[in-house]
Amino acid sequence: MSEKLRYERPVIQKLNTGLMNKFGTNLDYSPIIEIEGIEVKKLIEEYGSPLFVLSENKIRKKYQHAVRTFSSRYPKVQFAWSYKTNYLNAICSVFHQEGSWAEVVSGFEYEKALANNVPGNKIIFNGPDKSNDDLKNAVIHNSMIHIDHLDELYCLIKLAKEINARPRVAIRVNMDTGVYPMWDRFGLNYENGQAWDALNKIQASGVLDLKGLHCHIGTFMLTPNAYGMAASKLADLAFRVQQKFGISLEYIDMGGGLPSSNNLKGAYLPGIDIIPSIDEFAEAIATGLINSPIRPEDLPTLIMESGRALVDEAGYLLGTVISNKRLSSGKRATIMDFGVNILFTSFWYNHKINPAQPTTDYLEDMEIFGPLCMNIDVIRESISLPPMKKGDQVVVQNVGAYNVTQWMQFITLRPNVVLIDSNAKAHIIRKKESTDYINSMELVPDHLKSFKL
Amino acid sequence: MIKLKKNIALSESGFIFDPSTGDSYSVNQTGSEIIEYLKEGLSEDQITDKLKDTFDSDEEQLRKDLDDFLHHLRQLKMIENV
Ligand SMILES: Cc1ncc(COP(=O)(O)O)c(C=O)c1O
Repeated sequence: MSEKLRYERPVIQKLNTGLMNKFGTNLDYSPIIEIEGIEVKKLIEEYGSPLFVLSENKIRKKYQHAVRTFSSRYPKVQFAWSYKTNYLNAICSVFHQEGSWAEVVSGFEYEKALANNVPGNKIIFNGPDKSNDDLKNAVIHNSMIHIDHLDELYCLIKLAKEINARPRVAIRVNMDTGVYPMWDRFGLNYENGQAWDALNKIQASGVLDLKGLHCHIGTFMLTPNAYGMAASKLADLAFRVQQKFGISLEYIDMGGGLPSSNNLKGAYLPGIDIIPSIDEFAEAIATGLINSPIRPEDLPTLIMESGRALVDEAGYLLGTVISNKRLSSGKRATIMDFGVNILFTSFWYNHKINPAQPTTDYLEDMEIFGPLCMNIDVIRESISLPPMKKGDQVVVQNVGAYNVTQWMQFITLRPNVVLIDSNAKAHIIRKKESTDYINSMELVPDHLKSFKL
Repeated sequence: MIKLKKNIALSESGFIFDPSTGDSYSVNQTGSEIIEYLKEGLSEDQITDKLKDTFDSDEEQLRKDLDDFLHHLRQLKMIENV
């Protein structure tokens, strides 16, 4: 008997002449058969579906590239890993091995950084919500505390006096950088004098050790210019501090917000075509600082808290087709075994999805849904992919940032996360959850323990 | 019995033109074979058998997909109700 042809289910679709591929973009639906040397099929066989996969190699390469890019333009550069972006301990440890400090925004993240053996004086504590105990802990460990509001400032002054310590502090500054929306709910404002006022209060207190200035002007920013403007404004504040108090600030922390090569919803062109390169951001920031009135020998260390730009592209979500449906409109719907519960970023990105097995070149327009019994569980409203059948596997790309931290334990359990090391060996770095694990957190009062049905 | 609308033109590359509406469509290889068989007047069972000979798949899957495909053709008004 002659060999049979590979089967693909029959598909027909109407051609809308003139509308096809109107952006002239390259629709890349080519199959991703392996990740960093391990077959997708094998990974799913061994660790289940869905499955998050992170590439150690990609993280290191991206990080080293970012450091080189900034260091070639500015004399003193230090990165601090934004824990909220991905705080799996293995991932943080890759960044720490590369030399990155830790940037945290809660007592929980702070404890994680300490448990990861980050020295206290290399932890930056940001955010509006630091309890008295959090602050005390951070002061004892000699961490950098970035003051978000005046209440925190007063709290710290009181604490410093109580425990007779000299907390190392910076203030978070918000400012107009020409981008909308302006993130003015965090930190103290530059234009209206709040920030300057706080710096004066810090110096007047006599008990705080002013070390730096911080800003984080937004996230997934597409305008390097805004960073240039922010850098000049912070440099201006630093210069005024020097003039008035005679102290050279040790650092200026420009926060994160650099984009990854994801496709932001509503953007006209794919991310890869519109996002400025990391070089352009580095250039804008370095220029802003170097061209300021600060003398070259007094230039502060530049700290960067980049999150998504460093880890997004190292992350993949592997999944499996549960079913195909035709919607009442005739449109194809494909239901996957992963939804917005674990792919939280599908609320703001049009994620790139590729099949994990060979396909034909025929493309079908479809909508991709997750498995939750919820109308909001949409992964892609519209995507062209080769037809897929139940059991086929897919790879979602660029999911390394904010998913394994913002995922929800909703309706179902969260899956395994594996890291592939530089020798193509896979390691589980977070075990899939079990019902027992979830139930172990719950208590049922005695009077509810029995019932008859 | 299933009857494909008259005059439906199918090219080798999987391009379909319906002169009565002016609409054009594209089909993949499996779809294209099914439309050929419909033109020849084959029944659903006969088509399933043909597909079974050509493609590497099982009967249950083929039937399910054929049924869905015919449904779609009906929705696109390419099959006449008889
Ligand atoms: C203070 C601070 N630093 C750094 C980051 C990391 O941001 P991104 O992942 O956009 O680089 C954030 C994220 O919101 C943040 O709030």
